[in-house]
Amino acid sequence: MKTSNALLPLVGVAILLAVWGLTTALKLVDPVLLPSPLATFRTLWEGMLSGKLGADFLKTVMRTISSTAIAAVIAIPLGILLGSSEKLYRSVEFLIDFFRSTPASAMFPLFLVLFGVGDRTKISVAAFGAALVILFNVAYGVMNARKTRLLAAKVMGASRTRVLFDVMLLESLPQTFVGLRNGVSLALVIIVVAEMFIGSTDGLGQRVFEAQQLFDMPGMYAAIFAAGALGYTLNLLFLLIERRFVHWAGR
Amino acid sequence: MRVTSLAPSVATGGFDESRRTAPHVTIRGLSKHYPDAVIYDRFDLDIPRGKLISVFGPNGCGKSTLINMIAGLVPADAGEVLFDGRPLSRVKFGYVFQNYREALFPWLPAFDNIAYPLKVMGMPKAEREQRVERLVAHLGVKIDLALYPYHLSGGQQQLVSIMRALVVEPEILFLDEPFSALDYEMTLFMRDQLQRVFMETRTTTVLVSHDLEEAVYLSDHVLLLSRHPARVVEFVPYDAPRPRTDKTLSEPDFVATKAHCLKLFQREVRRG
Repeated sequence: MKTSNALLPLVGVAILLAVWGLTTALKLVDPVLLPSPLATFRTLWEGMLSGKLGADFLKTVMRTISSTAIAAVIAIPLGILLGSSEKLYRSVEFLIDFFRSTPASAMFPLFLVLFGVGDRTKISVAAFGAALVILFNVAYGVMNARKTRLLAAKVMGASRTRVLFDVMLLESLPQTFVGLRNGVSLALVIIVVAEMFIGSTDGLGQRVFEAQQLFDMPGMYAAIFAAGALGYTLNLLFLLIERRFVHWAGR
Repeated sequence: MRVTSLAPSVATGGFDESRRTAPHVTIRGLSKHYPDAVIYDRFDLDIPRGKLISVFGPNGCGKSTLINMIAGLVPADAGEVLFDGRPLSRVKFGYVFQNYREALFPWLPAFDNIAYPLKVMGMPKAEREQRVERLVAHLGVKIDLALYPYHLSGGQQQLVSIMRALVVEPEILFLDEPFSALDYEMTLFMRDQLQRVFMETRTTTVLVSHDLEEAVYLSDHVLLLSRHPARVVEFVPYDAPRPRTDKTLSEPDFVATKAHCLKLFQREVRRG
């Protein structure tokens, strides 16, 4: 019973592959537009192992990770600072919400002017988008620290600094991880779009775009799946880190 | 500063601590108002040493506010609270919250939760562990303290909270409706745990309760408060010997004390 439950998520995958396989086998769709699953996954496998796809994949990983890391280094301390004073947060809340709602892709031209064509632009736009998401979550995590827990520490004679480090920081960790997970997802989206359109020569976005231009459909699907796998893995990675370090979340 | 004269001097040589009769806590002229109500208006009270006091009264009369003001969680508008003539800042005290789930630190195992106030005091790790182990042995607690709070039952979590409050060897212990979030079975068990703790330590204890049976069963005095602005309706003594058991609940003086408190309580409720 238990093993069968663990296999449930595979049902959807099996159905998708079956429908896809059947569609291509019966030639319901032009084979040029939709290659068979086998051809697609062979291209993916070979591309990842020996071809350019693997290199592009790593490039996108590096860019996404560095932009998220930059965002975290800036946004976490700032979020703690803003969150620890509600007045301070309220006074910049509009700015944060405004820029959080601004599509980061609309900022490309601005960042191009600032940083030129290259990695610095892609990484800084993604970092900008991710930082706002992380900042907002960290600040709310700190502001929503349980009052009883803060009082309990205070009653035991803890100083303000001690309350901040021993209680507030840990109280905000679950929300911080929500921010990090959303931040890394957003960073990946921005990086892939940037790779497509701002003079890139590598990266998954560029790979998808180029495959489409060359009408290399298996290559395009392979690159899309690689991007999907990357997004899923990054999310899973943060979830595992969260479970390890924030074992009390939701309990 | 009319209280200064009442404050007992520091114990001198040959003085037997346990026989001191001067009140432990003196509350004079305590006042507190919220925008919509005056909760306390020049409230006076003496809390006797080494006794367990239950605070009981109508809803919203400020039972919790009283101990929160004494323990410094809520600032008073006016008035003075002195512990043997000293201000709160010079007193070691323990406080147990109603909501144990939010009062414990879920990122620390139960053991470290109990040791936390010692860490705040700057005590070295080895000594902290020794202190906690001594307390555990002293109270005969049988909980796996390596577990995180969310793996413990509600009663166990509250027991951990109580131990966290006791580990500093406080001279006074405050409990704000500590058992009201527990089911009845656990409440009965925890009452007896608290009774044991009190018999072992004889720490001056102030317990806010919304359950009259519990208030009488555990206490040496029931402090009956009126509707706000709160006055002392009566400071009802109850001196049945400890340990009190299920049998105590049906003994004539328990029944009579409880009935007396209930009568005063209902008169207060109707007055509102």
